[in-house]
Amino acid sequence: MRTVLHSDLNNFYASVECVYEPKLRAVPMAVCGDPEARHGIVLAKNELAKAAGVKTGEAIWQARQKCPKLRTLPPDFKKYLRFARMMREIYADYTDFIEPFGLDEAWLDVSGCHRSGEEIAGELRRRAKEELGLTLSVGVSFNKVFAKLGSDMKKPDATTVISLDNYREKVWPLPVEELLYVGPATKRKLQLRGIRTIGDLANCDVGILRGALGKNGEMLWNFARGNDCSPVLSEGEAAMVKSVGNSTTTPRDLVNDRDVYLVLLVLSESVAERLREQSLRGGVLSVSVRDCELNTRSFQRKLRRPTALGEEIAAHARELFRERWYWERPIRSLGICMSGLESLADGVQLSIFPDADERRYDIERAVDDIRRRFGHGAISRASLLADRRINEINPREDHVIHPVGWRG
Amino acid sequence: MARRTFVKVVAEFSREGGITPLRVEWEDGRSFEIDRVLDVRRAPAAKAGGYGTRYTVRVSGHETYLFEDEGRWFVEARE
Repeated sequence: MRTVLHSDLNNFYASVECVYEPKLRAVPMAVCGDPEARHGIVLAKNELAKAAGVKTGEAIWQARQKCPKLRTLPPDFKKYLRFARMMREIYADYTDFIEPFGLDEAWLDVSGCHRSGEEIAGELRRRAKEELGLTLSVGVSFNKVFAKLGSDMKKPDATTVISLDNYREKVWPLPVEELLYVGPATKRKLQLRGIRTIGDLANCDVGILRGALGKNGEMLWNFARGNDCSPVLSEGEAAMVKSVGNSTTTPRDLVNDRDVYLVLLVLSESVAERLREQSLRGGVLSVSVRDCELNTRSFQRKLRRPTALGEEIAAHARELFRERWYWERPIRSLGICMSGLESLADGVQLSIFPDADERRYDIERAVDDIRRRFGHGAISRASLLADRRINEINPREDHVIHPVGWRG
Repeated sequence: MARRTFVKVVAEFSREGGITPLRVEWEDGRSFEIDRVLDVRRAPAAKAGGYGTRYTVRVSGHETYLFEDEGRWFVEARE
């Protein structure tokens, strides 16, 4: 029998902010992104804001309607990454099998520890509080799916054990959408068949589920019955960050390819700079385009090899845009996002032309250096001088990090 | 509530890589000798806010915390 923990840092971004400013614990507070300047969203909130009904993912104005006194803070991703890394170091004192799920969650397989999962969970919680000033919810179970369910059951700062003996009483009465991979669409299909709880799912005829949901139906049926034998993967740091992206609403609507190329270049450079800062490279590029009527489309491409070079990202983005966008309407905002990340710390595939590559990285790193020392505007590409207003966008300083809950 | 106050620190760097703070100097020029370092660990500054390596030090008979965070040192000063 395995012992799997799922550890969840409570209200992660907001809690880290409270470590630096304890007074924030006494007021309703939320960390909010400001992706489009015209409307930001709630990325994380503290307990008081939660009590007032503020939800992650909603717009700041919606949150303010429920909680007029809400304090909002911009996200400081560097801080969050630092705390996530320190938490990971604590996990590593117990096991090598650490599978991060975003910055604030991780599965740990502690089967080989000669101690009970509950005992380790308690120690993790104590250490997180003492060493980092953060609280954890930990689920302890015999598989990943139930461990994750457990960590959601009691918050904040709690351990929930779901064992072979009690999972029927603890898990089966829960609504079916609490189960991993049951999203709104699946929930609807299940409800049509009278399946409302995880217990209903477990006791349903597997043939019915296969008919309704195909292979996934059988997978969910197994999950509900505690038959999940997927291993806790031993994953590197890169897995903590899912993507690095940047978007901007331009000062004026964009009307031609040239305009767009300039903005894509600015965005690519800032995404690349952030990738380099975190020693990451991205293998999948997405470009998202929103027109003046607020229709959004996004295009994606897998790159031949992962990169953190602004010039390379911009070239791919231009190509992707040229192939896929037909100029039905002017453009209001543009975004670039790199995913499929690998960390240099975990080792990377080398190019067969290392010299040429290294020189390009040297140039971009030198630019990073100049900007760090003298400000973003100290150096920029001549091509960006063509339109001063576009060049005034400084995405580096107003980017947003989407919380993991957004994986959809 | 306490206030996070950055201070100047005189420290000894050992051959093994350890850092021992020896003296703390305040902005107003007062300086305090550290008699002994009693404990070193990573910890949040619960009173003033902030985070870092926390040195529990004895200064003229009193135990207090001294924090180091990315090269800067601070204390939790009473307000």
